[in-house]
Amino acid sequence: MTHAASVPAQTGRGVYRALVQRKKLLLLALAAVLILSVIADLGLGPARYGMREVVLALAGSSEVSHQVSVVIWDIRMPVALMAVVVGAALSAAGAQMQTILNNPLASPFTLGISAAASFGASLALVFGVGLLPFAIEYVVSINALLMAMGAALFIHLMSQRRGVTVETIVLLGITLVFTFNALLALVQFLASEQALAAVVFWTMGSLTRATWPKLAITTAILAVALPLFFRRAWALTALRLGEDKAASFGVNVRWLRLETMLIVSVLAAVPVAFVGTIGFVGLVGPHIARMMIGEDQRFFLPASALSGAAMLSLTSVISKSLIPGSIIPIGIITALVGVPFLFSLIMTNRRQAW
Amino acid sequence: MVATLQLNQVGVRYGKLEVLSGITTPVMKGGEVTAVIGPNAAGKSSLFRRIAGLLGGPGDIAIGGLAGRSASRAVCYMPQDTSVNTVLTVYESILLARKQGGEHRVSDGDLEAVDEVLAALRIEPIAFRGLCELSGGQRQLVSLAQTLVRQPKILLLDEPTSALDLHRQVEVLALIRALARKHEICVVLAVHDLNQVLRVADRVLVIDAGTMVKCGPAEAVITPDLLRDIYKVDGRIERCSRLCAQVIIDGPIVH
Repeated sequence: MTHAASVPAQTGRGVYRALVQRKKLLLLALAAVLILSVIADLGLGPARYGMREVVLALAGSSEVSHQVSVVIWDIRMPVALMAVVVGAALSAAGAQMQTILNNPLASPFTLGISAAASFGASLALVFGVGLLPFAIEYVVSINALLMAMGAALFIHLMSQRRGVTVETIVLLGITLVFTFNALLALVQFLASEQALAAVVFWTMGSLTRATWPKLAITTAILAVALPLFFRRAWALTALRLGEDKAASFGVNVRWLRLETMLIVSVLAAVPVAFVGTIGFVGLVGPHIARMMIGEDQRFFLPASALSGAAMLSLTSVISKSLIPGSIIPIGIITALVGVPFLFSLIMTNRRQAW
Repeated sequence: MVATLQLNQVGVRYGKLEVLSGITTPVMKGGEVTAVIGPNAAGKSSLFRRIAGLLGGPGDIAIGGLAGRSASRAVCYMPQDTSVNTVLTVYESILLARKQGGEHRVSDGDLEAVDEVLAALRIEPIAFRGLCELSGGQRQLVSLAQTLVRQPKILLLDEPTSALDLHRQVEVLALIRALARKHEICVVLAVHDLNQVLRVADRVLVIDAGTMVKCGPAEAVITPDLLRDIYKVDGRIERCSRLCAQVIIDGPIVH
């Protein structure tokens, strides 16, 4: 967050307008990083293409061969875009969880939502148990989704009880993480060797599971959720001034929290259901956005989505580059890349709130 | 049309615990300042939260004369707790208060209103500082600015000057009184300093142990008897050089 030094009264408006311009530029810069990262992501793989080739293929130019075009559009594009939408969804979900629970540690990963999803998926992978009797081809995803939503709503209901503090919610989240991890371990213990391998790979999180239908569903959910949040931008920002303050401004705090948590639970659960557990994006993305742009939701929300998207896209690039010819599951890389980055931001930014 | 506020047998319960009961006042009109006084834990903050609609309970709160404005926009409440941990500048937080319930777009009029309130409270020098960097007193001024920028008709201030230095206390309370008169705002505030109450309040409401003890003109209510009965101190009331009644404390009553 930037703060101009003391300003005389007559320029208050001017300084504010300049700060808004600066925030818009920062959003554009984040978008530019994201676009470059996606282009790099599309160029990387068993066959490597330069930036020019990728751009030409995207533009549908006849200068690139049909084969290159097919590789980029049909094989790599769903994966590269999945990184973008999953990163954006997880980060936006984390941002709003941190906002409504007033807690810097809130994220789908730390509150047990991802662990619940993993357990749900493992039930399908090991025992073939579906929580819904239909849509058998999506049984793993549906199990993960339902368990994740259940965990999110449980956290929300508990947070509404009288006398429940911010610390209690984190403790509650940690107990969920441990409970679902223990249940997952039990399922793994009982699993056959083949099923065990499937579960382990699923919990690592991998974008290679991306398909066009999955991408379309995740994008659609993101496209519905973000405007819903944006509509409530002033009220959500006010929540960060304290519950009483927000309520005194006429915000219906209880309803706003419930509405937001419902949207967040879908937003956090769907990506996990499709690509497995990807930690840290939902925690780190919002913190990066907060430090860069502050907590005015009109900018904080798009910044969170963009930083999460850029982070996961860059992680995808790194996961392809580390060992040539193989793709390391992205869930492994996000923590390794995201945490040192966040750490350096925290150490250099003394003005952060948390 | 002047805004009015009247309490009739108002109470607050937390579960089975009754923290406040039977608060009844005359009609408090726009332009008047009513001070709520009483010892710690008497129920003052609960009363403010009840009037602001943040707590339910028995009794009737009659609000009138809002001239078409909804109560949620015309009644503004400044809570006692001003602590924050958010990454917003002072300017953004005041603008945010103004924009609640309004449209997305920030107009020149909105920014003008923010500039005006910053100037009125003389906090322009900290306009672009982060809320987390402020001292307790500065936070209190900003919280007051967030309340004033909404141009309330009924203003509820729970200890708005508790963290301010003496000069700022006198200045801010004088400003509140002037704004109340100028814009016909009905102000209800909790202040512990009885000398400040005598300077600013038209009416005083005394609460002790969840019930109303007295309600009337400031000089008729704040008497040596009140000091002895409610605050357990020996004291007198004398006039200062500007003829304002002031409390002189001789010492605590030792049993």
